[in-house]
Amino acid sequence: MDCALISIATGEKAQNLRELRDCLKTTHRGSLYFHFWGGLLRQHSSDTEFQNDLANWAYRGLNDVRVAEQLSLIDPNIHKDLESLRREVIEVIEQRLFETEYIPWAKPGNEFQFIRSQTVVFDTGIRINDPEKLKDIIPNLTLSSIFYHFIDARRRTIEHKNDFILWLAGFGNKYSKLIARLDIIDPYFTTLSELREETGNLFKQYFKNSA
Amino acid sequence: MKSLLEQYAVIVGNEVIDHLKQLAHPLKGMKILHINSTKEGGGVAEILNQLIPLKRELGIDAEWEVIKGTPEFYQCTKKMHNALQGTREEISDTLLKAYEETNRDNYEQLRSRLQEASVVFIHDPQPAPLLRYCKDCTGRKGKWLWRCHIDVSHPFRPVWKYLREYVEGYDASIWSLADFAQPLSHPLYLIPPSIDPLSDKNRELTENEISEVLSSWNIDRNIPVITQVSRFDRFKDPIGVIQAYQLVRQYTPVQLVLAGGSATDDPEGAQVLAEVKEFAGNDTNIHILELPPDAHRAINALQRGSDIVLQKSLREGFGLTVTEALWKGKPVIAGQTGGIRLQIINHYNGFLVNTPEGAALRLRYLLKHPDIMETMGRRAREIVLNNFLITRHLQEYLTLVLALIYGSEDTIEIKMHATA
Repeated sequence: MDCALISIATGEKAQNLRELRDCLKTTHRGSLYFHFWGGLLRQHSSDTEFQNDLANWAYRGLNDVRVAEQLSLIDPNIHKDLESLRREVIEVIEQRLFETEYIPWAKPGNEFQFIRSQTVVFDTGIRINDPEKLKDIIPNLTLSSIFYHFIDARRRTIEHKNDFILWLAGFGNKYSKLIARLDIIDPYFTTLSELREETGNLFKQYFKNSA
Repeated sequence: MKSLLEQYAVIVGNEVIDHLKQLAHPLKGMKILHINSTKEGGGVAEILNQLIPLKRELGIDAEWEVIKGTPEFYQCTKKMHNALQGTREEISDTLLKAYEETNRDNYEQLRSRLQEASVVFIHDPQPAPLLRYCKDCTGRKGKWLWRCHIDVSHPFRPVWKYLREYVEGYDASIWSLADFAQPLSHPLYLIPPSIDPLSDKNRELTENEISEVLSSWNIDRNIPVITQVSRFDRFKDPIGVIQAYQLVRQYTPVQLVLAGGSATDDPEGAQVLAEVKEFAGNDTNIHILELPPDAHRAINALQRGSDIVLQKSLREGFGLTVTEALWKGKPVIAGQTGGIRLQIINHYNGFLVNTPEGAALRLRYLLKHPDIMETMGRRAREIVLNNFLITRHLQEYLTLVLALIYGSEDTIEIKMHATA
């Protein structure tokens, strides 16, 4: 499978930390998805200082390094759903608002603009029934396909695992070592091309050793 | 002769082209109609000139029509354009009547095409009322999208209020940046513009071609060249650019090129140009070039022959001249405004600055460190390759059409088997 994302402005914008918190309480949950994960598909943002859009804005727009660091450390992977992620983000901001008397503001034109995304998923027509074939297929997958199977799968599936793990689990214990190694790949502090390389290498290494 | 898709594949890779084919597969044979108000000149026409043949090569029945108007119509839309970008511009009832009548007449001409199309893209304010006339008649079949290419973040309110009546009824609108959008009751899609790497303005040039163009203006390639390509407009801060250059030349030999359109049809442009010439004085290392609108190859050569490109705008739309320079592997020093902020990651592929002094500081730094200039230039090209080429633009249009046709949920699964 492969996917393509399209961005939609929700029309909400925040000029300061309090407005950011207020918008976060009600904004579309797809907005959290976009601002935490969407950066991976917008490749130009892979070299920004912090890991998600909220943290980057806190740093660049509000000049509040402290809250930027705290927001940046929120790991969306450990949340079972976006509502849980929403609660943690609000909690971090509430804490910052509690400890500071001064509410940082962004200059006009530097407001935080809330954006959500729609994902169009389509079938690439590629089918395999032998896991070993993945060692050759993964290096040639599009980055958006990697995004779909690695990132989107965590939101989409009940187990919150990537698609490769779930598929391999269907073979019983045969690939349990490979599953364990796949499970510790952290997709958050990386780019999609690095993720593709890391996963591809893992499959290559595994099947080379087991040959 | 290679097909268009094959030509783009050489630049962006087969992976990107395969992705386009897969997205286009469910849309094969679909009638998609684009409407704007000019066939030549301007960014919209440039984009459509390439997008339409690309869509057709992907099997989509894409067409492009241009509405025709009276001088009063164009007078009205020019004022509307300025007002939407923030100028206080009253538009008389007579001109608004001409605007509405022109749209009604064009609707009659295009009626069957508009009614049959599965998706209609209406570009910018000029043809925006067409939907109103289509709605008034029976037989509207497709989805209608209003594509706004301009910055409507701070419009002159009465004019926006008038136009909003026409655009509210669309199924969705498309904006270049979230900052440019106005709240409307339909979805506001975000699709940044793009450049075409195969166009005369952006295609590869040989060293001979570049040297030939630069020497025709007595630009010495042995002395570093810094260039700003822009209209002679106060928002582009050409005087600030000269001030930055003057601060740099005290330390290192350097030439400045200010290249802009000829100002014959723009009274304010002519005034700014005169001010710029006066401020530059007799400095032979400042080259002020007035270029005709079709000087695409010359601009290409100027950008490629420069060591650093400046775009010291005080206010900017998306800033496609920045995209063009980045694509040519040049570090860009630019004003921290508009879409420039989306393209330049400070200290990574260029610098964002707020003053002539800031621009001078970064110019001196880069001229002192050619290795960093090279690294930044490499990253600059990569950023455009991944984000701002016409293939990405097309990919987002296709995704948007699929999203509109197949549903409005967060995730839309296209059941059809999509083979490249």
